[in-house]
Amino acid sequence: MTNPADAPTSPGPAPVEVRGLVKRYGELTAVAGVDLTVEAGDVYGYLGPNGAGKTTCLRMMLGLIRPTEGTVRLFGRDPLESVHALDGVAGFVEAPTFYPYLNGRRNLELLASFDGDDARGRIDEALETVELADRAKDRVGGYSHGMRQRLGIAAALLRDPQLLLLDEPATGLDPAGMRDMRLLIRRLADQGMTVLLSSHLLAEVEELCNRVAIVRTGKIVYEGAIAELKRSAGATYRLSTTDDERAMAVCRAQPGVGDVRVVHGRISFTADDGTVAELSQALIEAGALIQMLAPQTVTLEDLFFSLTEGDGVVDEKAPAVATR
Amino acid sequence: MSAVAESTGAVRRPARSRPGVRAVYRWELFKLRYQKRTYLGLGAAAVVPIIFVVAIHFRHHRDAGGGDFAFASYLTKSGLVVPLVILLFGAVWMFPLITALVAGDIFASEDHNGTLKTVLTRSLERWQIFAGKALAAATYAVVAIFINGTVAVIAGCIESGFNSVQTLSGSIVSAPKGLELVYLSLLVYLIPIATVVCIGLLLSTVTRNSAAAVVGTLMISLLFQLIGILPGLGATVPYLLSTQFNAWQGLLRQPIDWSPIVRAVWVCALYGIPALGTAFLVFLRRDVAGG
Repeated sequence: MTNPADAPTSPGPAPVEVRGLVKRYGELTAVAGVDLTVEAGDVYGYLGPNGAGKTTCLRMMLGLIRPTEGTVRLFGRDPLESVHALDGVAGFVEAPTFYPYLNGRRNLELLASFDGDDARGRIDEALETVELADRAKDRVGGYSHGMRQRLGIAAALLRDPQLLLLDEPATGLDPAGMRDMRLLIRRLADQGMTVLLSSHLLAEVEELCNRVAIVRTGKIVYEGAIAELKRSAGATYRLSTTDDERAMAVCRAQPGVGDVRVVHGRISFTADDGTVAELSQALIEAGALIQMLAPQTVTLEDLFFSLTEGDGVVDEKAPAVATR
Repeated sequence: MSAVAESTGAVRRPARSRPGVRAVYRWELFKLRYQKRTYLGLGAAAVVPIIFVVAIHFRHHRDAGGGDFAFASYLTKSGLVVPLVILLFGAVWMFPLITALVAGDIFASEDHNGTLKTVLTRSLERWQIFAGKALAAATYAVVAIFINGTVAVIAGCIESGFNSVQTLSGSIVSAPKGLELVYLSLLVYLIPIATVVCIGLLLSTVTRNSAAAVVGTLMISLLFQLIGILPGLGATVPYLLSTQFNAWQGLLRQPIDWSPIVRAVWVCALYGIPALGTAFLVFLRRDVAGG
């Protein structure tokens, strides 16, 4: 896959530019001041637990609901002003929905005629892309969840989009369906499409996306590149010695070593490579002989939980993570 | 693949052609062909005259006496009276219900199926979707009324013959003239029916619930009937929606009495335009958060 970050940047307005987006339903604030920018060529993950306001935010981006405050611009246009703002934009929020009494092809024909241009001429190609050509004449009412998801992608492709907004496209799919969906999204991204992908499936986002926004209770707690997020979190090591009690004391006393604690019976700490070498020496000198010292890969999942769980304050275990 | 944008640049290609109300209207009519409620309504519109004529047939053989309503004594003399009598009785609940079956459902079912968000994220403005749907609901109502009238004419003429008709003024008009008056009456009948469509669309948009909108539309029609028979409210009768269902009777007078028809136009507009306008504004501004 071509790294989406390497894709040429556009001189024009960003595909998605959201500023100060707020949505309140009475006392409930579903989205609380979201700012994000999706650049051309990004595969952008919009991450958050259920109820964090991801879908509400996507609905506002597509002009389906009105923000209480803030603005959305798609390629510089406001979707609330005119549906023309959705030119070059396609996608779905929650599960894609179709008329169950019509077959797959009829549904696409209907949507193509609502798209204008030569959308109708893209139906066969879209069906082939999502591998539904052989089921196109079956009523959508008889489709599985995965088939409807794929038909949703086909419906989006009819618009020949440059920006694809997908709300949890793999949710509810079986493992094979999830893999197929990932491959499909990756293929589309490789072909130059900008993708904004809302999800709570972290492995999916980590595999597909180059940039993420992590949202918690309607607020973005991180926005940026995944690589930067991982880098900012620092390296975590696991340590086992002949005298862990003494080793703990050494770790805590060693400059540059942080977040020292016991995890699953082993010492865990954060440090950079140089500090770890010095720490090894210090442990030997203190008589705590090293049985195991191994770097632990920080996953997006680790970072996600550190940012989205707890008492509403960003976890200090990830102090380097940019917060908003 | 060409279905995917060829570049990541943000400069969008201008749309070469944009769909309009006609596309929505065409597809709404197409969708109606696949929905049971369409056939339920149109089927009822077609079957009721047949049942009515069968009832006349058996009653005629048992008892030649007429009822105490307009045209009753002529039911067995001319088949052209049958559609007029059905218009008379259908106003109570049959035609409002048949109309509401689609008008009350046309927006609410999109909410229920979650398909509103699907169509609203294509290249059509909301007003275009509203207009296409409203026109489709109105078309269905027109088709239902004319199916009913035509079946009633055919069934009535088979039973009682294609004979001259006595007008409400007592004069006799020829069968061809009578047929013309029947179809003109159907046209006038569409005035209050259009108002029922507007009410159905309003409830469909506001309640977002098909059953509530259909039943609500029928209940409003029945409420007008009820007000019309309540003692002490006689002064309101000329301005009730239910009264406008009788406006066509002006055509059956010699000379034609246009006053009930003219009144039907503005009274129905007073009910229908605010209902339609409110439905339109609600649809234009509403959040599509479900589905």
